[in-house]
Amino acid sequence: MSTVAALIVAIFSIVGARKLAMRPTGLQNFIEWVMDFTKYIITSNMAWEKGGRFIALAYTLLFYIFVANMLGIPFELATETDHYALWNSPTSDPVLTLTMAAFVIILTHIYGFKLRGAKEYFADYFRPSPILFPFKIIEEFSNFLTLGLRLFGNIFAKELVTILIISLAGLGTLGALLAWIPLAPWLAFGIFIGALQAFIFAMLSMVYMAHKVESH
Amino acid sequence: MDMMDFIADIQWGNALYQLVIFSLLIWVVSRWALKPLLGVMKKREQQVNDNLDNAEKSRAEAEQYLEQQREELKKAREDTQAMIDNANKMSEQQAKEILDNAKAEGERLKEAAAADINREKEQALESVRDQVASLSVAIATKVIEKELDEDEQEKLIDSYLKEVGNE
Repeated sequence: MSTVAALIVAIFSIVGARKLAMRPTGLQNFIEWVMDFTKYIITSNMAWEKGGRFIALAYTLLFYIFVANMLGIPFELATETDHYALWNSPTSDPVLTLTMAAFVIILTHIYGFKLRGAKEYFADYFRPSPILFPFKIIEEFSNFLTLGLRLFGNIFAKELVTILIISLAGLGTLGALLAWIPLAPWLAFGIFIGALQAFIFAMLSMVYMAHKVESH
Repeated sequence: MDMMDFIADIQWGNALYQLVIFSLLIWVVSRWALKPLLGVMKKREQQVNDNLDNAEKSRAEAEQYLEQQREELKKAREDTQAMIDNANKMSEQQAKEILDNAKAEGERLKEAAAADINREKEQALESVRDQVASLSVAIATKVIEKELDEDEQEKLIDSYLKEVGNE
């Protein structure tokens, strides 16, 4: 599923950037809009001179997580016995979301080290007071856990409730007739949550990045 | 031991796969979509800036040109006014001159005519006098033939002259 999401993002981006025109039309407009949005996310956290290099990361995070969140909206496929999902939102898997979170957090450390030098990087753990050092260490882990688990929790809950509502339809004729009443608003809400979580993930990634990269 | 079990339970393969896929995606998207797109966006921004600058410059130029034209028009109008005034003055002067000339010419003609008349008159008188003289000579010869004395001859000449002068 993650591969499908990645393919969709890659195809949309490349097709959108294939015939570049000074007067953009269609898909190019959309891709440029996404890029402007990414730029806005970055510049609201750090100076563009420093943040410009992260545009590919932020863009891919935003777009990929959005697509991944949307994949579970139209339908889901799962095996009956061991509930192995064939088609769902890949982001409802904690392994995937935590991997992404770890990827982002490790990148923040790498770039913090690279852009500000070893001295500044390590000094940051003892600022503004050395007493805070253990908390700073905990902060790094909590950042990683909250970043990954927030996305997972939202999307997993959305899918769980969707499955529960759909299982109403299995209760009989009345259930089958009335199941769409809660289902429709729930799926609309799911789209909203999916978009929001993609934005939050990209935004927080840049917030953490800015913490590590910018001098205070 | 529980911790170890938990760690072993994690689907490390999935995590690694996801890591690779995502890194690959970032690379692909950045290489084939974002870099060219950023270039175009930058170029467009540049172009828009240039266009705005150019428009501003053209506007300023046009304004300057308009000001210049207005100045020139004003100057032309003033020139024309001056020319018209000049022409008016000149024509007036010419008219006066012509009139004066005509008057002088008339005066001169009149004087010339008067002089002519006088001269004619003198000439006429002269010829009359000549004729009178010859006449008087003729009369004298006749009178002498009739033996006239000097007194009567004098009277006769005078009376003749008077007659001629009254004519």
